Amino acid sequence: MSALTDLTLAEARAGLDKREYSAVELTRAHIAAVEAARPLNAVVAETFDRALAGAAASDQRLGAGEAGLLEGVPLGIKDLFCTEGVRSQACSHILDGFKPTYESTVTRKLWAAGALMIGKTNMDEFAMGSSNMTSHEGPAINPWRRSGDNRQLVPGGSSGGSAAAVAARLCLGATGTDTGGSIRQPAAFCGLVGLKPTYGRCSRWGIIAFASSLDQAGPLTRTVRDAALMLRAMAGHDAKDSTSVDTPVPDYAAALGQGVKGMRIGIPAEYRVDGMPDEIEALWRKGADWLKAAGAEPVEITLPHTKYALPTYYIVAPAEASSNLARYDGVRYGLRLKGEDLRDMYAKTRAAGFGQEVRRRVLIGTYVLSAGYYDAYYLQAQKVRSVIARDFKQAFESVDLVLTPTAPSAAFAIGEKMDDPIAMYLNDVFTVPASLAGLPAISVPAGLSADGLPLGLHLIGKPFDEETVLRAAETLEEAAAFRAKPAWLEDGGAP
Amino acid sequence: MSGVVEGRTGPWEMVIGLEIHAQVTSKAKLFSGAATAFGAEPNTQVSLVDAAMPGMLPVINGYCVEQAVRTGLALGAEIKLFSVFDRKNYFYPDLPAGYQISQFSQPVVGHGTVVIDLKDGSTREIGITRLHMEMDAGKSVHDLRADATHVDLNRSGVALMEIVSEPDIRSPEEAGAYVRKLRSILRYVGTCDGNMEEGSLRCDVNISMRRPGEAYGTRAEIKNVNSVRYMMKAIEYEAERQVEILEDGGSVALETRLFDARTSTTRAMRSKEEAHDYRYFPDPDLLPLELDAAWVESLRAGLPELPDAKKARFIEQFGLSPYDAGVLVAEQDSAAFFEAVAAGHDGKLAANWVTGDLFGALKKAGLGIGQSPVSVDRLGGLIERIQDNTISGRIAKEVFEIMFESGRDADTVIAEKGLKQVTDVGAIEAVVDQVIADNPDKTAEFRGGKDKLMGWFVGQVMKASKVKANPQMANQVLAKKLKG
Amino acid sequence: MAIDKATVLRIAQLARIEVKDEALDELAGELNGILAWVEQLGEVDTEGVAPMTSVVEVKLPRRDDHVSDGGRRDDILANAPEAEDGFFVVPKVIE
Repeated sequence: MSALTDLTLAEARAGLDKREYSAVELTRAHIAAVEAARPLNAVVAETFDRALAGAAASDQRLGAGEAGLLEGVPLGIKDLFCTEGVRSQACSHILDGFKPTYESTVTRKLWAAGALMIGKTNMDEFAMGSSNMTSHEGPAINPWRRSGDNRQLVPGGSSGGSAAAVAARLCLGATGTDTGGSIRQPAAFCGLVGLKPTYGRCSRWGIIAFASSLDQAGPLTRTVRDAALMLRAMAGHDAKDSTSVDTPVPDYAAALGQGVKGMRIGIPAEYRVDGMPDEIEALWRKGADWLKAAGAEPVEITLPHTKYALPTYYIVAPAEASSNLARYDGVRYGLRLKGEDLRDMYAKTRAAGFGQEVRRRVLIGTYVLSAGYYDAYYLQAQKVRSVIARDFKQAFESVDLVLTPTAPSAAFAIGEKMDDPIAMYLNDVFTVPASLAGLPAISVPAGLSADGLPLGLHLIGKPFDEETVLRAAETLEEAAAFRAKPAWLEDGGAP
Repeated sequence: MSGVVEGRTGPWEMVIGLEIHAQVTSKAKLFSGAATAFGAEPNTQVSLVDAAMPGMLPVINGYCVEQAVRTGLALGAEIKLFSVFDRKNYFYPDLPAGYQISQFSQPVVGHGTVVIDLKDGSTREIGITRLHMEMDAGKSVHDLRADATHVDLNRSGVALMEIVSEPDIRSPEEAGAYVRKLRSILRYVGTCDGNMEEGSLRCDVNISMRRPGEAYGTRAEIKNVNSVRYMMKAIEYEAERQVEILEDGGSVALETRLFDARTSTTRAMRSKEEAHDYRYFPDPDLLPLELDAAWVESLRAGLPELPDAKKARFIEQFGLSPYDAGVLVAEQDSAAFFEAVAAGHDGKLAANWVTGDLFGALKKAGLGIGQSPVSVDRLGGLIERIQDNTISGRIAKEVFEIMFESGRDADTVIAEKGLKQVTDVGAIEAVVDQVIADNPDKTAEFRGGKDKLMGWFVGQVMKASKVKANPQMANQVLAKKLKG
Repeated sequence: MAIDKATVLRIAQLARIEVKDEALDELAGELNGILAWVEQLGEVDTEGVAPMTSVVEVKLPRRDDHVSDGGRRDDILANAPEAEDGFFVVPKVIE
């Protein structure tokens, strides 16, 4: 770790403006960090040449006074984003060798703002997972370790590689995507800020689809301000995405520093789930106290259908996925296995190309949409989803934000929770409801568990009110004064 | 073939429903900006969306929505202000996404009616169940290599309207009349060019047989019929096939069959799937389609006069027979041509000329009405010369032929060829006198009471006058002179 | 609504994913576990509730009808496992 890689994105950007170092120097420092961190398996494709070429161009623009919002800033890009000429495989075997001839809207906007891609980051296959264990590239490793315990931990998922990379200082920020918690949960596991914007805020064009009605891109960063900066570059209407919303993109960073005075913060009783560790409940209470101390008013609220969010999600998301993943058939791109005939080619290609969790979800999704089961499963789930969204709408009539924990536990060890899919799914119990309702939500690092692992607090906001979410997140960030660093930065993984 | 098949055990009645896929005449596809032109090189009219590349999303073509609504209005159908796009999931190499975007549970157009015109001048109403928008699939080519199928995605994503009829059709003739009428309506509103050869209009036939008046039997679906004639042949064959099965005590399989134009037979598709389970669900990439009632009304107001209304008007205004009126209104251009010719002339005469000589000559020359060498004004000019007795109807046919070949106007042709009708009594009397003088035997026979010879005498006078004598005058003069 | 081996097989065939016979039992068990868990949704009274069609409150945007894409066959075929004469190529399909 060098001084340059330990800067926040905002600090690094300011330093570039002051010419304290060049974009090339900043990039080289991060390249060295990526090279040293290969054991973390956070980055699945290194794009150093491209980053350096981009950095040189950034230096010219910085010199010419034409620098963009994220000029010269090295970022990690989740492998779910299609990047022109660079592998974009959703960390799935079935997309072997796939190099898009096109650039996703979000990454295109990032490059237009001057950002640089240092590499594609590891993830759960097709974003299905909460541990990064389902990646065809093998698991990414969390740079954090429990105190006095050398077991390797998961970084969370599905944006696990992005979280591990930002936490290990391999890049100043990274893109993630969040379908049921895939930005927020890994952010919590890795001590980062992870922001899922309102559904429709960032274009989904060029992002490999998992569950179309839920997928949303967002930033993983080390500070709330960095998240605000990245979101500004990523967000915006896109005529190529019918669900993209045409509403102006505010200067999110400008909303910071205003505090939470007078805000009403909803504390939903239903989030006190059975078996939630005391330390997480304590942190949650602490979060409410911090906001209160800053002038906000915590209010007990009810979101009565919270317990149905997770089963709803595990019908809706696999159903959409079963259809979205039908295009991986060995005809136009990616893996193709030989078969006796076309049908056999399909079945063999898809059996070999999809990992276990993806196969499981595609089968569940196929089942819940099939004749005779659609009404009982899929249709009922979409109705319950309406009810859950209505709960939030009613709650937001009396509060500005909802505060919850991000995840029911800290990062777990590789190999844990692998036997029971439902135990794994429970990781997303606090993040899924906001996803179902399409609401903006953020995870902020707020403290450490008894064994020294980061824990996150979670704020949910009103549609397109990312500014209020970020303001309150900054208040939590300041109050928590989270300064702990992952073990990786101290010892490079050596015990 | 009538709609009833006489089997060994008694009569069987055909029950037919048609699913028409009509390609919307749009420049770009339903969900992408790729072109729709026919006959392009393979995969040159394909966007990343049409090829279902990872991360690609559909955005609907507003013009196609408008055309579907206009078609629904032209079918007198209910327009749904709220409709939904669903995914129909199945695997096929020419369906890149593994699903077709269609409208299943909530289509944009509901119940409507098509009035079909039958040969005997009668009409029947055929119910329309629904019309929905959907994207076309690509094309699989099976004959380029023995061991492989080639896939061209140019058609993938082209906008289609699927128009589903009620099982109201009872014979091949009715099926033919239904397709022709629907095609005519689509062409009137300009939402589909109706070209069956290029596949812009495709037809799937659902057919079953039943004892008259009894409940419907099991149906078979026939695909791959790409002309009205083939469709009628397919129905005929399929009806016989089903009756044979039923009379032998068997049951008709609910299956999809392909029509083979070479043998005029149908056969079961070999690639039998397990029972289809399309797993329809609303496409999460698209929001529901919500239409503004005022917008729909403005489209309704902007519709042209449709074939049925035009036919009724032609009958009323020009005194045409329902058959002639039906023939004239089938194509909007023909109707317009007729109406322009009929303006200021005798309507029936104009109708006879347009549906008779003009249509015949155009068909022979392989030309459309828009390419007619005889313009509206010139055909009107010819009819004028008939009406003012300058030429006879028979000479007019000769004049028309020359006009059609040379592109000249009637008066020029009449003058050049000296075809002006002789109406001078003196000149006709001279010819009549000569004919009588040349044929004393026949004259004697006539005068002896053989009245039937009158026709023969008129013929001789016309011949001697090179057909220019006014036939009525020739008659009158002959009658007077022969009897005198 | 317990899933048996035959149902798993049918679903796997619909999804075009080959499943070996010996894997059917375990898969049936997993799927049953998940389905038993999601069945609690039946408890929710959804009488009169419209199913969610979209979380965003906007109207379906419509494009103008002009040709803005296509003419990029090389892009389309660039990643194809097998292509020939401008076509994608797949194992022979018999209709």
